[in-house]
Amino acid sequence: MNSIEERVIDIISDKLGVAKDQITRETSLIKDLQTDSLDIVELVMDLEEEFDLQIPDQAQQNIHTVGQIIDYIEREVKQKKSGSWEGQGTGAVTKD
Amino acid sequence: MVRRVVITGMGTVNPLASDLEAFWKGLLEGRSGIGPIDLFDASPFRVRFAGQVRHFEPEKIIDARTARRLDRFAQFAIVAAIAAIKDAGLDFAKEDVNRCGSILGSGIGGLNEYEEQHTRLLQQGPHRISPFVIPKLMPNAAPAQVSLHYGLRGPNMSVSTACASAANAVGEAMRTIQRGDADIIVSGGTEATITPMGIGGFVAARALSERNDAPTKASRPFDKDRDGFVLSEGAGILVLEEMEHAVRRKARIYAELLGYGVSADAYNITAPCPDGSGAALAMQLALRDARTNPDEIQYVNAHGTSTPLGDEAETKAIKLVFGNHAYKLAISSTKSMIGHLLGASGGVELIATVMSIHTNWVHPTINYETPDPACDLDYVPNQARQMTVRRAISNSFGFGGHNACLVVGKFEP
Repeated sequence: MNSIEERVIDIISDKLGVAKDQITRETSLIKDLQTDSLDIVELVMDLEEEFDLQIPDQAQQNIHTVGQIIDYIEREVKQKKSGSWEGQGTGAVTKD
Repeated sequence: MVRRVVITGMGTVNPLASDLEAFWKGLLEGRSGIGPIDLFDASPFRVRFAGQVRHFEPEKIIDARTARRLDRFAQFAIVAAIAAIKDAGLDFAKEDVNRCGSILGSGIGGLNEYEEQHTRLLQQGPHRISPFVIPKLMPNAAPAQVSLHYGLRGPNMSVSTACASAANAVGEAMRTIQRGDADIIVSGGTEATITPMGIGGFVAARALSERNDAPTKASRPFDKDRDGFVLSEGAGILVLEEMEHAVRRKARIYAELLGYGVSADAYNITAPCPDGSGAALAMQLALRDARTNPDEIQYVNAHGTSTPLGDEAETKAIKLVFGNHAYKLAISSTKSMIGHLLGASGGVELIATVMSIHTNWVHPTINYETPDPACDLDYVPNQARQMTVRRAISNSFGFGGHNACLVVGKFEP
């Protein structure tokens, strides 16, 4: 299994058609990758599916760089593993 | 003083070829672009063949990210538009982009995207619907992309009149230039409906040929054994330009767009008016608009879909308009080789008509084997013909009873 960082960069590269070596933790979604609001919605959907979690709108507003995405997901995945996510509205995603 | 409109560039993506030169060569050679469907598993369907655009790689022409944000029908449009604009030798950096626009036809729009996302909705739930579904499926995504790609800020819209869409789009583009609202309009049509719902829907409507054992023989307009049309996909795009503007920049002028006629059958949502009177009205209006007498026309690029009713009605319509001259006309159906591109057909077929004016060759109607007493005109059977084509008419008729005809002629300053 690749690291979370690699998986996030894979998804961004695939969705936005940007070479992987052009994406670093410091890469800005808007300034460097020229994303618009629809790109972000789709990216979030793909990340949610890949990592089986939910990224609430509020959290999205604080994410501006690739590094911030990676940090957020690492935090959420860790919480999930420790079991602390259970019962929380934002983390408990079931596929319906 | 009427502003004249000329055609200075053409581009196409279709089942026969993905560039203008190969397309025209294929048509003159009488080659068929029809084959088995492999875009999806068609095995449960009564019709398992179509006119697919094969080896289509839009990422080689536009960036991968833009391609991903477009449905297949809009990908065809932008790729063909880029080719047409290149063919016209246009550099929009030197143009007033406020006077340049795009009017494109599409009968259905982004059916691929609609079906894909609808499947996601049913299988994965509403939260998995792509944010791009609406901007991808809307029929105006195609002309919008031309505007976005080149920064064109003039008149921009889509026209949807089923199989007459592209002809109506070109006609409306011609009017837009004539009345002075623009100097250049990228026009034509695009379609991509070889999908489960597209094939299934036309099968249900009993519109398609079911000749699964011989796909290349299935589209046989005006032949006695025709049994329906062959569904196809692609785009046909033309650069329409105000004549003086084209002359000033020393553009190569393929032909002049002389007339446009449009009417409705007011008869039935799918079947053509059997006496051909609705289609005849559109042809008459186009000729009048072109200040052209019927006997000044040498060539008719027929709508000729290969349906039993349609080809007979069109033959009657041609006789109504041309009288005895009908028997002197060369008439051929591009659909015999590339099938029916629906909302793109009028664009691709106008390109074929313009090439007849430009080269003095007319392409054949292939698969014409058994004459039908109800269709007794000269359909240029099976062999291309060298002949002077000074003026020609291109016919397009659509579900809904829409009729749109365009008259083109050799350009004479």
